[in-house]
Amino acid sequence: MAKPAKMLLNVPAIKADFPILQRKVRDRRLVYLDSAATSQKPKQVIDATTDFYSRYNANVHRAIYELGEEATREYEGAREKVAAFIGAKSPNEIVFTKSTTESLNLVAYGYGLKGKLQKGDEILGTVMEHHSNHVPWHFVKDHKGAVLKYVDVSDDGTLKMEQYDELLTKRTKIVTVALCSNVLGTINPVKEIAKRAHEVGAVCVVDAAQAAPHMPIDVQDLDADFLAFSGHKMLGPTGIGILHGKPEALEATEPLLGGGEMIREVHLGRASWNDVPYRFEGGTPNIAGAIGLGAAVDYLTNLGMESVRAHEMEITQYALDKIGRINGVTTYGPKDVKKKAGVLAFTIDNAHPHDVASILDVEGICIRSGHHCAQPLMERYDLPATARASFYVYNDLEDVDVLAAGIKKVQEVFA
Amino acid sequence: MPAASDLYQEQILDHYKHPKNKGPLPGATFSARDTNPLCGDEVAFHLKVDRSQRVSDVRFEGRGCAISQASASMLTTMLKGLPLSEAEALGDDALVKKLGISLSAVRLNCALLPLHVMRLAVREKKAAST
Repeated sequence: MAKPAKMLLNVPAIKADFPILQRKVRDRRLVYLDSAATSQKPKQVIDATTDFYSRYNANVHRAIYELGEEATREYEGAREKVAAFIGAKSPNEIVFTKSTTESLNLVAYGYGLKGKLQKGDEILGTVMEHHSNHVPWHFVKDHKGAVLKYVDVSDDGTLKMEQYDELLTKRTKIVTVALCSNVLGTINPVKEIAKRAHEVGAVCVVDAAQAAPHMPIDVQDLDADFLAFSGHKMLGPTGIGILHGKPEALEATEPLLGGGEMIREVHLGRASWNDVPYRFEGGTPNIAGAIGLGAAVDYLTNLGMESVRAHEMEITQYALDKIGRINGVTTYGPKDVKKKAGVLAFTIDNAHPHDVASILDVEGICIRSGHHCAQPLMERYDLPATARASFYVYNDLEDVDVLAAGIKKVQEVFA
Repeated sequence: MPAASDLYQEQILDHYKHPKNKGPLPGATFSARDTNPLCGDEVAFHLKVDRSQRVSDVRFEGRGCAISQASASMLTTMLKGLPLSEAEALGDDALVKKLGISLSAVRLNCALLPLHVMRLAVREKKAAST
């Protein structure tokens, strides 16, 4: 496994942008391999949020004065940046929420539960979804009598597409799928899934939380009806999420939150709603979060999402070679990096993933252990838990080397 | 600087690799099973109590990390022969002291899961019989 002499991204320069990567943990260099849980933040993002609070903090869309106009301009500017980032036709297709979870709940509640679905209509999901793309649909089943069906995964970590074709019928009204699995790293063929969903008249809902930070996304090409992702996994602040919807899909969605901002007129006992997307943004939004997200989009756009993806493919290939070949280590998900994002779930013989994470922690390495909010997937593979390393723009091959050395230490303890 | 050996001391690893009193216990007076929802660690506890209300036998079953499973094994050795009232009253501190390691808040949950399940077993049976 020869190491390339030079990586695609200038990782030392990128690392220098992240204040947290300068700190030590237990006297060791911080090796952060948990970006699938949340990413670290560059100083450009931290500065953008600080700048808002220290220079032009005001509420958006209402104030007549200069500060308010600046805040509104930056908040709406962030919406435009996000729209451009994923190829939306208009910023009005971008709804700001607090998280991917809220975005998916908005679709389940506003489009499914309160919207078009009838009793007996079918919602088709997959076994590999994150809990946030399972549980909102349980609500639709429980309160509306919708029927839930699931596409299984193969042992190699890919969706059983022939089963998708069998389960997809005229009764299917919603198909919901992760663009990228948070455990297996599998990149699902969402363009094809959406196309087939449309052929039976269903809408396609995409959880892009693990994809949007790591690869180019073009919503025109994917042609899904809804697409949800989070700011905090793509170098932005926590508490800001995104829902992209086609105009007709958003128009057919009822709001989740009633209150200020989302109305046109309010009278005693009745109200009419503001236009899309504002009708979904009741209450004072996370202004600093949106502005920070805008800075994160700028940062990623500067690096180039094609380069980000190529960089992560290189690290993932190296990790599959280096970690996957250690005796007693099992990795999960596709082995072909063209079908896999920078997420590597693994187990070590005779060592529970929690103990793996504890021992790696002593080495200054942050990885995740547990069920990764994907219990149905863990049940499918009959695994109580796995360890998971995930990679991002500030990681390099040396981080993988440190992880491999840490795994050897785990094996010594549990030999 | 802490080392892996601070957490994974010899006696912890020994109880994990060679657990004491592990398996089912037919005719148990008290039994309960619970999981730690954060990590999926699973422990079942079975106690048999004799006429004088002493713990005459105790077994655990489960799967999970070294800390939770070693803790379960060590807890069985602490309970055997104890009057039931003392077993019930056994505090978190006593088990942590027996483990002899310093634990972060998250790992403390792993360590205390067996004690929680043992108390649950006794409490559920008592609630059912009143």
